[in-house]
Amino acid sequence: MASGLKIKVNEREWSVSASPDTPLLYVLSNELMLQGPRFGCGLAQCGSCSVLVNGVETRSCVTPVSAVVGKSVTTLEGLPAWYAVQKKLAETPALHPMQQAVIDEQALQCGYCYNGMIVKASEFLSKTPRPTEAQIRTAMNGHLCRCGTYPRIIQAVQRAARAMSEVKA
Amino acid sequence: MTLRRDFLKAGGALVIGFRLRDDLLGQEKAAPARGTMAGPPDAKQVDTWLAIHSDNTATVYIGFAELGQGNSTALLQVAAEELDFDMSQLQTVRLDTNVTPNQGGTYSSASIQRGGPQVRTAAAEARQALLQLASKKLDAPVNSLSVSKGVVAVVGEASRSVTYGELVGDQPFHLAFTGSAPVKTPAEYKIVATAVPRNDMPDKVSGKYVYMQHVRVPGMLHGRVVRPRGQGAYGAGAKVLALDESSIRNISGARVLRKGDFIGVVAESEWDAIRAARQLKITWDSTPSLSGSDGLYEAMRAAKTDDRIVLQRGNAADAIGAAPHKVAYSCRSPYQAHAPFGPNCALADVGPDSALVMCSTQDVYATRSTLAGILGLAVAKVRVQYYEGSGTYGHSCYDDVAQAAALLSQLAGKPVRLQFMRWDEHGWDNYGPSHLGEVRAAAGADGKIVGYEYEGWQHHWSNVETSEQLALGKPAAEWQPNPAMQVNPLCCGGMYDIPNLRLVNHHVPGLGYLKCAWLRSPLDLSFSFTSEQAIDQLAFLLKLDPYEFRQRNIKDARWLGVLDAAAKAANWAPRTAASNLAKANTVANIVGGRGIGMGTHLASYGAAVAEIEVNRETGKVVAKHLYGAVDAGLVVNPGNVESQISGQLVQTASRMFHEEVTFTRTNVTSLDWASYPILRFEECPQVTPVVVQRLNERSTGAGEEVMAAAAGAIANAFFDATGVRMNEFPFTPKRVLAALKRG
Repeated sequence: MASGLKIKVNEREWSVSASPDTPLLYVLSNELMLQGPRFGCGLAQCGSCSVLVNGVETRSCVTPVSAVVGKSVTTLEGLPAWYAVQKKLAETPALHPMQQAVIDEQALQCGYCYNGMIVKASEFLSKTPRPTEAQIRTAMNGHLCRCGTYPRIIQAVQRAARAMSEVKA
Repeated sequence: MTLRRDFLKAGGALVIGFRLRDDLLGQEKAAPARGTMAGPPDAKQVDTWLAIHSDNTATVYIGFAELGQGNSTALLQVAAEELDFDMSQLQTVRLDTNVTPNQGGTYSSASIQRGGPQVRTAAAEARQALLQLASKKLDAPVNSLSVSKGVVAVVGEASRSVTYGELVGDQPFHLAFTGSAPVKTPAEYKIVATAVPRNDMPDKVSGKYVYMQHVRVPGMLHGRVVRPRGQGAYGAGAKVLALDESSIRNISGARVLRKGDFIGVVAESEWDAIRAARQLKITWDSTPSLSGSDGLYEAMRAAKTDDRIVLQRGNAADAIGAAPHKVAYSCRSPYQAHAPFGPNCALADVGPDSALVMCSTQDVYATRSTLAGILGLAVAKVRVQYYEGSGTYGHSCYDDVAQAAALLSQLAGKPVRLQFMRWDEHGWDNYGPSHLGEVRAAAGADGKIVGYEYEGWQHHWSNVETSEQLALGKPAAEWQPNPAMQVNPLCCGGMYDIPNLRLVNHHVPGLGYLKCAWLRSPLDLSFSFTSEQAIDQLAFLLKLDPYEFRQRNIKDARWLGVLDAAAKAANWAPRTAASNLAKANTVANIVGGRGIGMGTHLASYGAAVAEIEVNRETGKVVAKHLYGAVDAGLVVNPGNVESQISGQLVQTASRMFHEEVTFTRTNVTSLDWASYPILRFEECPQVTPVVVQRLNERSTGAGEEVMAAAAGAIANAFFDATGVRMNEFPFTPKRVLAALKRG
């Protein structure tokens, strides 16, 4: 049943069994058994399933797996290594600074939306190292949180930005 | 049966009990291995709550669900405190009807209120027994011993010590509660009442945490339910007129399963199941069964209701009639959805004589009983394990999806993982009930409230899930009333010192309306929205500052405490409401306002201040800053409670400005985040949470106790900004513009 597709996820090549039209999310969840991207709406409305595709935040619930062939997919699990490459760090840290900032701010409640929050914030901070609060709100606006933890996510993004500015390769 | 052993492992809950030879710990007897028998275990046995391990760590068995509120950390704090363990030495286990005690459901923010004392008592019993053992072992009297990090030492002789692990390592206590174990006093607390970081966060940020949606087992099928897009009337259910199985013939891996009007599809591939559910052709009976959102309140007001006087003292009608300042309001509030961020999911493995169901229920034991009935199995043959889903905020579709997964597994003869789609969850929720409130209140010239009447119209909660209704034809019915589904004094005037008070509940029979259940702070936002506007208007009529007016009418020190705490946090400066209208930013047509409100949920105390902006041209309302103060007695983890208050304030803004279930005469039409919008980052207010710590008062709920106050504060801020009272939420631009035009 293998479709023969090969995709690169978190710097590793995978052979995919699913049909080419299968949304990437179901491949990541059911074949690669990754727990970062997760189902939220299946409509690209909430950000639960976000991954990076060539460094760009992408909704995996509406992206056919065939569309990422030849590209590099990074999930929540791969963010520390992705960050290490970006920052030319000698070693991969245990957590991306945004993940650490969420813990330091005790930001999350149920935490289900934090896959998307962390993936989006990581993408955003890679392009906007010193963001204003308004820039954070605009960048993050496509990600929903039912628990209402937005204020602490904003604080966590600010904290991560500070931490990243202090990191030297 | 390999599969079931996998399930056991997946539960991660097996701690094997060994026979204990030390007769100091009670009678020797064979203990069944934990997890091998249907629960609940005996709540009066220390072993039910605690296992000490030889490496001087312990497992605490807790019957409350971690719903994202941090209670799994806070309840361990209670145990660590009483046992003199370090937090790093304690762990807890997954809720499981074969393993964990039955502490009732994780409802009403009661984990700490109800569960705290149980865990505290159990830990104290264990500590007492451990000290007696140590006393014999060290040959020193109990009162000469001290404990730190699970190491018992003779005071002044550190070399004479023994660890808890050495005393009982991995063996049961076999000890019934004596009722004599002393618990610590608040003055002795070192861990309780501190902001210990939550223990679930590291795994949650890294993707290691196993949510229900992640659980997979070998050999399982993926399932989806197929229902009309959006429910009709609760009593009407959904009826299949025609089903065309050939419509999914091109999806070779998928098959249709049916029991009565319950229809699902299963497939080995999740995408096949999704496609099949979308493609399956079913003709549903579409006879109109609802009033439609537009006619809702008229239908409720005209309904034949069951009426009940909830509280009556003095003669409110006469007092109001005779008073110089009086107000009367009628306010409406909509059905709102739980809308968990991730739709509910469950995995069931149902065999001919037993079943295991993994799901995100608030009450594993209640869910087990219902499932047993549906599956035709004895209760003891059904095992339910809890896996956290996304924040549920009450009775979302977690029971429905568990039932549906169990039914599909029974029909398929294989384990089935069932993930609800977004439209299933939004469209077949047990919504928070809509409400119609009428309030009349009056004050004397001295600024004292003399009379108050509140009448409320709403349904009770629905107690039959959609799956059992469709599959078994179980007739729709409502819960018997309890205080959380009726007009109650904690939001309706009870915080004020009012000599003449009358609260009346009008139960609107719910079978012809949408399915309802508890949604975080049930009905409280509606009550305070109505009631606190009336109180505020009395202050306005008396030309008094609304905070000062409330102070003047409150005697209870704890209500005054939260009121003062919220006002102080907001730097409240005295002035009468709507006295700043001239200072509007006329260029942008944006006016600012501030308001204060009170109210809570059943047990604690809540007060809030809101600062909002209203765009008079577009009708857009945005909360700029919300302040919320909660007195929940002894707060075990102030960090968690601050987080809860912040979340409540943001969620209240969402519910006041955006959230509304819409429906036609046939079905619900708010089925996703576009048709059921919630608050987003760009409109998120700043929040200031204030915990009013009361170390010597019993702990009460803190997960939903300031939303009512915030709803009232937001409504009053709108009046302050515009001089106009809103009589319906959410404050959509259309509604706001209509209110401003009406004046």
